[in-house]
Amino acid sequence: MSDDLINIKVNQKEIQVDKNLTVMQACEIAGEEIPRFCYHDKLSIAGNCRMCLVEIEKAPKLVSSCTMPLMDGMSIITNSEKVNAGRKGVMEFLLINHPLDCPICDQGGECDLQDQAMYYGFDKSRYKENKRAVDNKNMGPLVNTIMTRCIHCTRCVRFATEVAGVPELGMLGRGENAEITTYLEQSITSELSGNVIDLCPVGALTSKPYQFKARPWELKRTDSIDIFDSVGSNIRVDSRAEEILRVTPRTNEYINEEWISDKVRFNYDGYYQQRIDTPYIKEDQKLSISNWDESLKVLKDKLKTLKPLALIGEHVDLETGYAIKKFMSNYGKDNVECRTDNHTILESLDSYRFNTPLNDIENSDLIILVGTNPKIETPIINHKIFKAYNNDAKVFNIGENISLNYKTEYLGESLSSLNNENLIKALKKSSNPLMIIGSAFLNKIKNIKTLKSIFSYADKYKVITKEKNNLNFLNPYASRVGQLIIGNTTNNLCEPFSNLKKDNFKLVLSFGSEHIANQQFNNCFKVYFGHHGDDGAMGSDIVLPTPLYTEKNGTFVNIEGRPQEAKKCHNPIGSAKEEWSILKKLSDELSFEFIPNTFDQLRSELFDKYPVLSDYHEIITVENSTSITPDIEFEDCKAEYPVSNFYMSDVISKNSVTMAKCVEEIISTPSLLEKSA
Amino acid sequence: MSSNHPGLSNNFSRSGEKFSWSKDNLRSIKNIISKYPKGREQSAVMPLLYLAQEQNNNWISIECIETIAETLNMPKIRVTEVASFYSMYNTRPVGENLVQICRTSPCWLRGSNKITKTICKETKCEINDTSDDNKFTVVEVECLGACSNGPMIQINNDFFEDLDEESTKKIIDNIKEGKPNVIGSQKGRRSSENA
Repeated sequence: MSDDLINIKVNQKEIQVDKNLTVMQACEIAGEEIPRFCYHDKLSIAGNCRMCLVEIEKAPKLVSSCTMPLMDGMSIITNSEKVNAGRKGVMEFLLINHPLDCPICDQGGECDLQDQAMYYGFDKSRYKENKRAVDNKNMGPLVNTIMTRCIHCTRCVRFATEVAGVPELGMLGRGENAEITTYLEQSITSELSGNVIDLCPVGALTSKPYQFKARPWELKRTDSIDIFDSVGSNIRVDSRAEEILRVTPRTNEYINEEWISDKVRFNYDGYYQQRIDTPYIKEDQKLSISNWDESLKVLKDKLKTLKPLALIGEHVDLETGYAIKKFMSNYGKDNVECRTDNHTILESLDSYRFNTPLNDIENSDLIILVGTNPKIETPIINHKIFKAYNNDAKVFNIGENISLNYKTEYLGESLSSLNNENLIKALKKSSNPLMIIGSAFLNKIKNIKTLKSIFSYADKYKVITKEKNNLNFLNPYASRVGQLIIGNTTNNLCEPFSNLKKDNFKLVLSFGSEHIANQQFNNCFKVYFGHHGDDGAMGSDIVLPTPLYTEKNGTFVNIEGRPQEAKKCHNPIGSAKEEWSILKKLSDELSFEFIPNTFDQLRSELFDKYPVLSDYHEIITVENSTSITPDIEFEDCKAEYPVSNFYMSDVISKNSVTMAKCVEEIISTPSLLEKSA
Repeated sequence: MSSNHPGLSNNFSRSGEKFSWSKDNLRSIKNIISKYPKGREQSAVMPLLYLAQEQNNNWISIECIETIAETLNMPKIRVTEVASFYSMYNTRPVGENLVQICRTSPCWLRGSNKITKTICKETKCEINDTSDDNKFTVVEVECLGACSNGPMIQINNDFFEDLDEESTKKIIDNIKEGKPNVIGSQKGRRSSENA
């Protein structure tokens, strides 16, 4: 250990640091802040902004600290006159061509250049010549460009190439004529493209939907969770009054690092479109406006006589799920179902979650994608696979021959392709193989033996060992893992939805599940609890408005089994009421034993029952399950992917104008290349 | 350098014709790529841009970029970056002969203005223009690195040095008539030895 440590001095203070660090990193450890524009700890080092100059004793000139490796006995000075003068010089050059349009710039108030100019900027310009102006570039419907502001740090270029895995951005020309652009000004095709907005240290790349909407200091910050895929990326929701104005990532090194998908970043305009703001009751085949008293009275009467079934949608938090479970227990068992997509599971947690911690994906040297398209289902997981791919991991694909942003070897369309000779050969050589079983197959399996065979297969080829479990199950829904943990499902392991005993139920309560529109419920009385008017609400007999995830507190368990909290940002729209309070009112009137009086009581009861859930941010640990069959046998089923369009995968994003533009400009519009052909 | 120089523009355009490597070039490409270690084939992008420019009437079209990207299995934007960085890759169509006149101080002191005038007169085109017969494109550039032999010009890949009005006219006339020219000093000196 001591071999790796060296002694250095930062501003005469002696410290011991790892010898593989750079001067900048050592200075940070010593508590000295170094200004920078091009350096970013998730990207490769470029060293082209020159802002991070420091003085090193015995070095004749100032050196850029981000590119300089450490040496034993080095003495670094970060606060001398010389350093200050050097940085001031760099800043003066950067500002030569930077327009003075901070008052109308969206980056104003959270701009690295603005902040650092406060320390190193001159109060007046000595530059008399013409300033350069650069044409704005098209980068698609999400990223707005004002390229005259660009200081050529190339963070966006490196992000697109190294993180998003779409080498579409580049810097053309040189010197005075250098310009950042996409290839032929086509839209960026990445699902992570919005992150270049956060990366840009100036206002060159800003958010198109957020353009001229607000100043950072007028926004209220709320910490929340991305519920549009199952990864549970940490987000912060910025709002003013009762309106969300933008969504940005929160750093969580274990999950999303510093990135979020474009869907959660930009679909917030859909939060306010097509909202159900008041209860509706169906009269003469038409939904008409009602009120809470009336609609709950009708529902109560139905609940007295009919046996209900509850369906749980993809955005339902744990507290709501627990309230539903408790309410439904008054009607017996097997009457709550969250696996409306026929998701096959075994009883144990490790049969429906992503067992590898997301950060360990990159350490794998062989990844098998079985019936999953991580690029559009879970872009963050796709980024981690891309990292593994860049570390020379081989990626195999079974299912449809999908196009990803890295090379895969396609093995075939059925599960039996797992027995492919090439794959077996590679598995035997691999030291850390990883399998991802996606919903495309999980939802189609008819025989539980197939799932057990997958476990045996994983066991046989050392995907599961005593130390680790790299057999992963991936579904795109934020609510799924949590709802399964609290047991909101029926006891059919395979095809739970198709096997529901429909005749038993005459009343269906859907909590945001669009599957209520399924024709198998045609003879039932249908009640839809939800926030967006879509297929589910249209076909129902009673529609009750409930708040969106940003309008209430809630716990979500991400795909790894990590509980996290989404906090309330503003009050619900219209007369929407939280699901648990509706259920409470009903159960009081039906004189059921129920539900606590406040949300906090409900939550603490949930945590008492399931203590693992109260440990926010920690992965729930389980023993590897032993569901192993001696013979491996895969049934023949056709893959059907749960998400076909990244930008429109749920009721909220379907109602977002921004997402509609993305579909039009990124997916539907053929690229210039195809146009000319 | 004037941004009107055909090699210094960031705007690429399509020729409208498909670009595919000639047989000879395919052979050279194989040769060129073999000089680089395996997995580093992309290093061959600069020689390939040269070949493409030669084959494509002295300029790099979007079709050329796409073909090179495909040949070397690299992103198109990376090829575009290289092609736009270096001034010797022309990003728009130029005449058969790209005449670059050095106008930096040493050549200018030795009379590069006169050379410019002569060339414009003889080729019948303005600076940054292409002649009607598509034989010549004339541009002014900064130092080409032959200062001791100024004034000088570069026509395609060849330097012509120690020019005066007469020798310049001769060079242009020879090109027009398809006659060979003496490359280098027009005063018969070798390299940059004392005159």
